[in-house]
This record gives sequence, structure tokens and C-alpha cells, in this order.
Amino acid sequence: MNIALNKSELSAPRFGVLRRIWDHGDGLYRLLLILATLFVIVLVIAIGYELWQSSALARLAFGWKFLITSTWDPAIENTFGALPFILGTLITATIALLGAIPLSIGSAIFLSELAPDWLRQPLGFLVELLAAVPSVVYGLWGLFVYIPVFVRPTAQFLNRELGFLPLFAGPVFGPSRLAAGLLLAIMVFPTIAAVSRDVLRSIPNSQREAALALGATRWEMIAQVLLPYGASGLLGAIILGLGRALGETIAVTMVIGNNLDLSFSLLHPGYTMASIIANEFTEATSDLYLSALIEIGLILFAITLVINFMARLLIWRMARRTKGEVRL
Amino acid sequence: MIQAAPRRLQRRKLTNLFMLSLCILATLLVVTPLLWIIGYVIQQGLPAINISFFTQLPTPVGVPGGGIANALVGSAMTVGLGLLIAVPIGALAGIYAATHSETSLGIALRFSTDVISGVPSIVMGIFAYTIIVLPQRHFSAFSGGVVLAFIMLPTLIRTTEEMIHLVPKSLHEGSLALGAAEWKTSLSIIIPAAANGILTGVMLAIARAAGEAAPMLFTAFGNPFFNLDFRQPVATLPHTIFVYAIAPYDDWHAKAWATALVLISFVLLLNILARLITWWRMHHIGTYH
Repeated sequence: MNIALNKSELSAPRFGVLRRIWDHGDGLYRLLLILATLFVIVLVIAIGYELWQSSALARLAFGWKFLITSTWDPAIENTFGALPFILGTLITATIALLGAIPLSIGSAIFLSELAPDWLRQPLGFLVELLAAVPSVVYGLWGLFVYIPVFVRPTAQFLNRELGFLPLFAGPVFGPSRLAAGLLLAIMVFPTIAAVSRDVLRSIPNSQREAALALGATRWEMIAQVLLPYGASGLLGAIILGLGRALGETIAVTMVIGNNLDLSFSLLHPGYTMASIIANEFTEATSDLYLSALIEIGLILFAITLVINFMARLLIWRMARRTKGEVRL
Repeated sequence: MIQAAPRRLQRRKLTNLFMLSLCILATLLVVTPLLWIIGYVIQQGLPAINISFFTQLPTPVGVPGGGIANALVGSAMTVGLGLLIAVPIGALAGIYAATHSETSLGIALRFSTDVISGVPSIVMGIFAYTIIVLPQRHFSAFSGGVVLAFIMLPTLIRTTEEMIHLVPKSLHEGSLALGAAEWKTSLSIIIPAAANGILTGVMLAIARAAGEAAPMLFTAFGNPFFNLDFRQPVATLPHTIFVYAIAPYDDWHAKAWATALVLISFVLLLNILARLITWWRMHHIGTYH
């Protein structure tokens, strides 16, 4: 112990300012830690504040009507309503979740309960890589491969069989809300699958053993014990996936067709909140126009806050229940 | 009743088999797009890749040749600036999160980190636009770097925090017990021990930031020329892919695929390396116990 103390004495500067900093370094160190922490917290507040301030023109001009009117006319009337984009975002996110939930929960069950050990790690890694593929590459692939090979035939089939419903009314386009939704489904897979896998793995083994000992088959154990037990965590995973689907921008902009009309057909091109910002932000010629686009950003930010709050609460509740028995 | 039991058991077993098979099928379906995308990008992108693709500037439509030198430089500039800003803040905030997780500031930090990681990158772009581009009245590589720094922060904070949790508490306490100051303990014990973790975080953050196209639309903006000035707009790899992909020229589509190949190789390589480091780290720590 003496040796250690001597060493640190030796390496300390002898005189002057350096010595003083050395002796009182803890104060400076704590200050730096707190400054960095405050920076992160203030950043969130600053984003909200900036979006609120910069959208003032549009908020004052249109009020709540902004959310429920569908005129988007920067050229003549200078009137803006975000309804088509809000609907577009809801529609694409719904398609994405409908596609992604069964597949990603199914694969989470496989990864957590069924896969042999040697397969677990590599497969989990592939799912992580899926999350790492840049959004613009998804868009490129979606535009030139996914749409012609998969989306358009699906759309044509839906239109032929169910075309009498307004939801599947023709004519069939390649780039469409359906295309954006189906591409988003792939993009939210890894989010939902990875979190669900962790949720399932955190369920104590005693639950599994009890179910199996009562004579349940493996599937009965999963469906009647594990899924209800992990329900709030799984819901949290789905909400996180929803968050990604709502905010996804560039891939959606590339495959949704960018069309202002308010139609209810999934097979028609449309817009989402994120994609109208991406497409028109640099072209916004008037202050009101820009302010309206920023207000759409503000709505997205508010949704992000709510979604994160809910998802964390659910996952946290789940984690608290399994505390002490976490199997990892 | 007695005869019904075996039949019922058989049905339950069949359901079991059927549902478990569906889970396997789901896993296959989830992994398919990844292989499909990577395979297709390689197939389409490889023919257009050669040395001059990396060294030349873009040519106008119809003029053969041309490359993405401007975008490579622009991506390096914006991601590099982002790192310079985000790494010190992220590492310090990560240390705070790991050592003060129960304080109210620590809880606020965790919530803020979650929110930032959930904010759509396009909204981050708007934020950078209003605080930097609008007052300066022009698009710039600087604003692109700042927005990437914000996007990198959550990844850096979380990986730093997780890796510090892995450092045995006895090392920390031992250093303090020997009379070392708190900052000296952090500098000479915790940070070296967590260095691999911070490195992993840096690599994942680079991989994430390098692929962001949406916030670049109105910060770095794009630039067909070679530029090293942080006050001027620059092209970036993902933005170049976007511009080339939505244009109506076959030649540009080919270049979009080639650029995508460059980007996806870089991003996946970083992710694989980060994974290897984490794996090595776990393995290494495992031998302590």
C-alpha cells in the first residue's frame, strides 16, 4: 500500500497550477460529468422548445384545425392541414405492425425457447444486422426489388379479390401506402424481435418447469404461461417497433409515391408525416409553409415522447416482476 | 371418455408441432430479407466498383465514368465532426449514468437518452436546421456533423454505461481505498477497463450515423463538388444513394447500387467488429471469476 501511495505521489506534479488541479481534480471531474449529463437533458428540452417556437406561425394560423383538415396548398391559398399525412402515417404503421408482430414474436419464441444453443447466437446476430442496414439501402431495395417482385403482385391480387372495398380500390400502383407499410414491416422486425426475445428470456425457469410438469406441451407452455407472463414486456417491444415505424423517413419517402390526395385505398401512393418533411422542407418558400412543416415535426416529437414513456413503463414493470430470478 | 383422451392428446401434440413449425418459419422469413438485400446489393453494385469510383467526382448524366469521392470525403467529415462532439459528452454522461443511476439527475439522464434515441432522425434534422442552418443562412458540413453527434449520443451513453457495469466493483473500491482520487480512479481504472466497451459504442455509433440520409437533406444538403470546408455543403454516402435512386436514369441507379455496396459493407463490417470485441470482452471477463 505504501508503494502504491508513493508511486502516485511521484507521478503528481510538484508545483503550481497543475498541482492544484491534481489535488482538487475531483471537483472538476464531477463538474464535467454533470455538465455532460445536463447537456443531454437540455438537448431534449431544446428540441421541444425549438420545434414549438419555430412552428408558432402555423400553430397560430390554423390551431387544432391543422390536425383535421386536408388542404395542403402552399401555392394559391397558402393553407395547410396535416390530415392526409397523419392518416398516411397511421395506415403505414398499422400495416407494418400487422405484418411484423406475428413474425417477430414467432422468431423471438424460436430464438428464446426452441433454438439449439449453437444456433441462438448466430441467428440473434443476423437479427441485429438487419437493424443495422441503413434506411436508405432498404429504400433502394424496396424501390427496385421488393415492389416489383412482391408488393405489386400482392396489390394486384388484393385488388382483384377485394377490389370492391374502398381499402383495396384500384388502379394499382407500384409505389403506394401498401409498399411503404410492407417495407416498414421488415424494418421493425429486428426492434420487436430483439426486445421480445430478451423479455421471454427474462421469465424465470420455474414458470416453464411448472407448466411442463403439469403436462402441458411446449406450445401450451409458451401460449398459456410465457406469453401472458411477458405480456406487458411484449407490448412494450411492439410499441418501440411502432415508434420506429412512425418516424422512419427516407425508405418510406422512396417507396410511398408522394401523393397529396386524400384517398383511402392502400394501393394508392400517399405521404407520411416524415416523408412530407423530407420531400418539401428545402422547397418551402414561405415562412408559413416552413412553419407548417416544422409543426408536423413537432407532432412527431410529441408522439415520440409518449411512445417512449409508455414502452419504458411497460418493460420496466415487467423487469421489476422478474427481478431476482432473471435468467440470462 | 376414456377413448377420447388419446385423440385429444394427439390433437394437442399436432397443435404443438404446427405452432412450433410456424415459429421456425417466422424466423426464416425474418432472416430472408437480410440475405436478399445483401445478395442483391453485391450483385448489382459490384460491377460498377473500381478504383476510379472511389477517386473521381460525379459526372453529369450521360457522361461515362465518375465516382463518389465527394461523398466519401463528406461522410468522413460529418461523421468525424459528430464523433469529436459526441464521444466526450457521451463517455462522460455514460460514466455518470453508471455511477449515479439512482439520483434524480441520473433518472432524468436515462429518460432523456431513451427519448433522443427514439426521436426520428428527420426531426433531429429540423432541430439542427433551426439552430444552425437558419441563423447562418446556408447549409453546411458543420450542421451535418452536429446532427450526427446528437444521433450518436444515445448509443455512446448506453454502451459506456453497460461496459462500466461490467468492471468489477472491487477494482473501483480498491483504487479508492488506496487513496486515489475519484477522477484518478476513473481515468486509470474504470476507463481503461471499459475502453473496449467505449470502442464498441464508437463503432456502432459510426455505423448508425454513416447511414443516416434523412437529416442530411437539409443540413449537409449535398454537393457535386469536392469540398473540405466545414462551412460549405457536402455530399454524403446515404444522401448520394437517395438522390441517385429516385432519379430517372439507369446510369445513376447503377451508381446508387455501387454506393449502397460501399456503405453497407462499411456498416456491417463495423457491426461485426463491434460484436467480436464484445464477445472477446465477455470471454475475457469470464476468466476472472
